[in-house]
Amino acid sequence: MRHLLTAEELDPDTASAVLDTADMLKSTLLGREVRKLPTLRGRTVITMFYENSTRTRVSFEVAGKWMSADVVNVSASGSSTGKGESLRDTARTLSAAGADCVILRHQASGAPQRIAEWLDPTGTRVVNAGDGMHEHPTQALLDAATLRERLGDVAGRRIGIVGDLLHSRVARSNTHLLRTLGAEVVLIAPPTLVPEGVRNWGVEVTHDLDSQLPGLDAVMALRVQAERMHGGFFPTEREYSVGYGLNAARTAKLPEHAVVLHPGPMMRGTEIAPRVADSARAAVEQQVRNGVHVRMAVLYHLLAGEENTA
Amino acid sequence: MASRPSAGAAVPAEERELLSAEDVARTVARIAHQIIEKTALDSGGSHVVLLGIPTRGAPLARRIAERVSAFTGVRPSVGALDITLYRDDLRKQPNRPIEASSVPVEGVDDALVVLVDDVLFSGRTVRSALDALRDQGRPRSVQLAVLVDRGHRELPIRADYVGKNVPTARSEDVAVRLTEVDGTDSVLLRRPASGRREDSGAEDGTGEATNEPDPGEVGPAGKEQ
Repeated sequence: MRHLLTAEELDPDTASAVLDTADMLKSTLLGREVRKLPTLRGRTVITMFYENSTRTRVSFEVAGKWMSADVVNVSASGSSTGKGESLRDTARTLSAAGADCVILRHQASGAPQRIAEWLDPTGTRVVNAGDGMHEHPTQALLDAATLRERLGDVAGRRIGIVGDLLHSRVARSNTHLLRTLGAEVVLIAPPTLVPEGVRNWGVEVTHDLDSQLPGLDAVMALRVQAERMHGGFFPTEREYSVGYGLNAARTAKLPEHAVVLHPGPMMRGTEIAPRVADSARAAVEQQVRNGVHVRMAVLYHLLAGEENTA
Repeated sequence: MASRPSAGAAVPAEERELLSAEDVARTVARIAHQIIEKTALDSGGSHVVLLGIPTRGAPLARRIAERVSAFTGVRPSVGALDITLYRDDLRKQPNRPIEASSVPVEGVDDALVVLVDDVLFSGRTVRSALDALRDQGRPRSVQLAVLVDRGHRELPIRADYVGKNVPTARSEDVAVRLTEVDGTDSVLLRRPASGRREDSGAEDGTGEATNEPDPGEVGPAGKEQ
């Protein structure tokens, strides 16, 4: 693996290798006095976030630090971007300043891909930490890690993804990765929130949540992305909640073993009811914990191996 | 195997058995006896933790523990300590998969830890294991048991318990096979197909290892050339 830009490009072997590494890292660190490994000593990881984030940025930072990498955080507001520097120049600057790996979140779909092309000659690795409405591959990996823990295996399981598919990079990345790992994916959303071209994803799409619930091994509620919604996708939040919110009555229809996932941040009362979010079914905190181990695994696969001589 | 124009037929990679399945069992038993004697674990001595270094050190540690418990009735704690994340050559090789570590729940603090590995070569694995161990806690002391010591140390490290000392050339390969991993028990010495040997490795100071030389010992280094 040279860069991690999309979940779509991950083949089953690579994806499983990263998940296995994450498992091993988790068990290695479990109950230890010193939660730090020397593996990436002397490597520099720069996170560059052009969009707000709590869990992704923090977990990348923690992941890097637990692997002994030097982690530097750059945010758009405090950087030269505010003075009008182009993305390309900023990326090249970070690489020239010694970044072995740049972790990028950007509001423009495809930005990490462009940076990866620009930085390829320098050997700096690029990780997509969420680009616009496109992909968020480490989120998909941590969701898969959580499902593996809860369900034993992902292959052959039926996973429902509910909500704002149109604006969701999480839905796209999860759909690709879960299918790569052999799961069956069903996308559930109101007609206005189904992206164009979804038929090409090769998955089932439906507008009716309730009829799907009894057949699901896991259901993932997506955040309603108010910041990307400029008008008219559904009449009111209340109405959305009635049709697509995960409440106690709905989760009661799920099989006993079924897991509820949410990538966070949760809009309690809109896409997920507080009672469901805090129930034993919900794996929200487990997802965050796994996020650290999965990101450690990604850094390990990108940075620990053979010196890159591109 | 590449065909060679010279020497008539191709020279195949030579393979010689250093230890048979029975030898492996006997050697493991001897190491167990030595550990019992040196640590006095059956007479209220120390709390002993055997930590195998994966892949093959882990089953070896379990076997030694099983022998110790059969001989004394005292069962030492057993675990595995993966050192992949502590290697000093990670950047020189393709990515390695990480293997499972399992340190006994009571930890290693104040214990007498015996690290167990199949082959002692450069000593770098053991150095990495010492680093990994430091992050697990603070043992009272640390010892090292290996099935085969093949020489060529690159670091000031020696084993406390050696199953068999084998002088080797660097180009040769010592392959330990264990039933748990490979389906069979044996130790093989493989020579490269060319039969060329750059150097003889018997010069290292493994002679001070605590065990008596094995009667089946390979001849002196002169045989190598």
